[in-house]
Amino acid sequence: MTCSECKKRPATLYFTQIINGEKTEIKVCEVCAAKKGYINQMEETYSLHDLLTGLFNFGSSQLELQNDNIFKQIEELQCPKCKITFDDFQRIGKFGCVDCYSAFKLKLDSIFRRVHSGNTKHIGKIPKRKGVHLHTKKELESYRQQLQQLIEQEEFEKAAIIRDKIKSLETEKEGDHS
Amino acid sequence: MSFEQFMDEAISPWMREEGPENDIVLSTRIRLARNFQDEIFPIIADEKDLKRVSNFFKQNFHQTSYGQYKNFELIEITDLSNIEKRVLVEKHLISPYLAKARSAAALVADNEQVSIMINEEDHIRMQLYFPGFQLTTALNEASLLDDWLEEEIDYAFDEQKGYLTSCPTNVGTGMRASVMIHLPALVLTKKISRMIPAINQLGFVVRGIYGEGSEALGNIFQISNQITLGKSEEDIVQDLQSIIAKLVEQERDARSRLMQRSEIRMQDQIFRSYGILKHSRIMESKEAATRLSSLRLGIDLGIIKNISHSILNELMVLTQPGFLQHYANKILTSSERDVLRATLIRERLMLEQK
Repeated sequence: MTCSECKKRPATLYFTQIINGEKTEIKVCEVCAAKKGYINQMEETYSLHDLLTGLFNFGSSQLELQNDNIFKQIEELQCPKCKITFDDFQRIGKFGCVDCYSAFKLKLDSIFRRVHSGNTKHIGKIPKRKGVHLHTKKELESYRQQLQQLIEQEEFEKAAIIRDKIKSLETEKEGDHS
Repeated sequence: MSFEQFMDEAISPWMREEGPENDIVLSTRIRLARNFQDEIFPIIADEKDLKRVSNFFKQNFHQTSYGQYKNFELIEITDLSNIEKRVLVEKHLISPYLAKARSAAALVADNEQVSIMINEEDHIRMQLYFPGFQLTTALNEASLLDDWLEEEIDYAFDEQKGYLTSCPTNVGTGMRASVMIHLPALVLTKKISRMIPAINQLGFVVRGIYGEGSEALGNIFQISNQITLGKSEEDIVQDLQSIIAKLVEQERDARSRLMQRSEIRMQDQIFRSYGILKHSRIMESKEAATRLSSLRLGIDLGIIKNISHSILNELMVLTQPGFLQHYANKILTSSERDVLRATLIRERLMLEQK
């Protein structure tokens, strides 16, 4: 089968075109297909390399450029404290201050996921002094889980002990705040 | 006396101590990145902000001690000459980044085991070194030092994201655990090139001796964690521990196989290197690294006796461009450096034989 356009090269692409309910079969070579606009010439320049740089450049890929609206919105995000924009952040790859984390919050998890193998939540050290209330909070969480389990297992005596521990921690916590 | 000591001794006092597995593992390092809650990060901070941070350290920590880390000395980077900066980088007391940073400083302890870099990419980058393979000890010590600093500083910390850092690649624990490891037999048998991709897949990075982008000079590799978020410090250290243990085992295995199969060729290579180091008059840094690695292997295998283990660590630093120029007390061209390098190595080896 030769190309229906140039009638020289072999036809490698087969299309079915439906215009006003009328069906036509088009059999063309790649060169003519590009010439007639049947295939997007842009697609050829979108290489694996683009995909990869998109991955590391915090998402400035062609895909997002096409999606102009969303991109503009993100670009206008700005940190109220240090005044850097999300665009600046993307360009230099660094935050300007602590507040950037909350200012760009919506866009960050996808970046963290890429950089940290899918993780978005810290599960390591909590500062000793600053994190005192966080330590109690974590302790409370784990007690509450234990309590739930004990109740399900109908171990009410043990559950009562845990309940008392929760109570005393909670009063301790309130004491701190007053 | 401290600053002169930092400059003059190629080998830091802690390096002279023996550590576990130190025939293969040269050193262990833990680095923690921390920031002040209320200060703008150094990358976009103005001079005034930066000065406030470095002055805070000068006032609160200069000439203090913590545990075995005595007499922290605050070194202001702008006061140093280019050669002096380079020497500190070559000794791993400061990072190449800090050497170029504005209003930067470093707090260095007497035994050079701890260095707290100020106004690097983050306000605080503390690093602790240990001889040999001691990841758990290093992590515990780093955490205590961190608590000590936290008594005076409000850290940037978020319940969800952990320690907040300037670069998203450090957020979470802010920790980089790394191990410096000498793998001549795995390089010689080309096994290392098959192991590196596997290590990368586990979320760890393999680099050369002077960090990012540097070559593995003298068969010395630096292996460190990439992930800092969603994994606890203990888990990161545990994983690195098992990777290094595996590498040590494989390196030992490769060494004994080489000795079994081609002992005479190994001896020949090692003695050739020894001879060249002992007698050459011009020595480029790349060749020096290769020959020193070979000499060190000879010492570890018991082929060469009466030379101390630490010769590789010491001469690797001593023969770096910054150190050579500091020693000569002037700027040297690269061919002048090659001559001085050969001389220093010869003299150092003469010293060993007595």
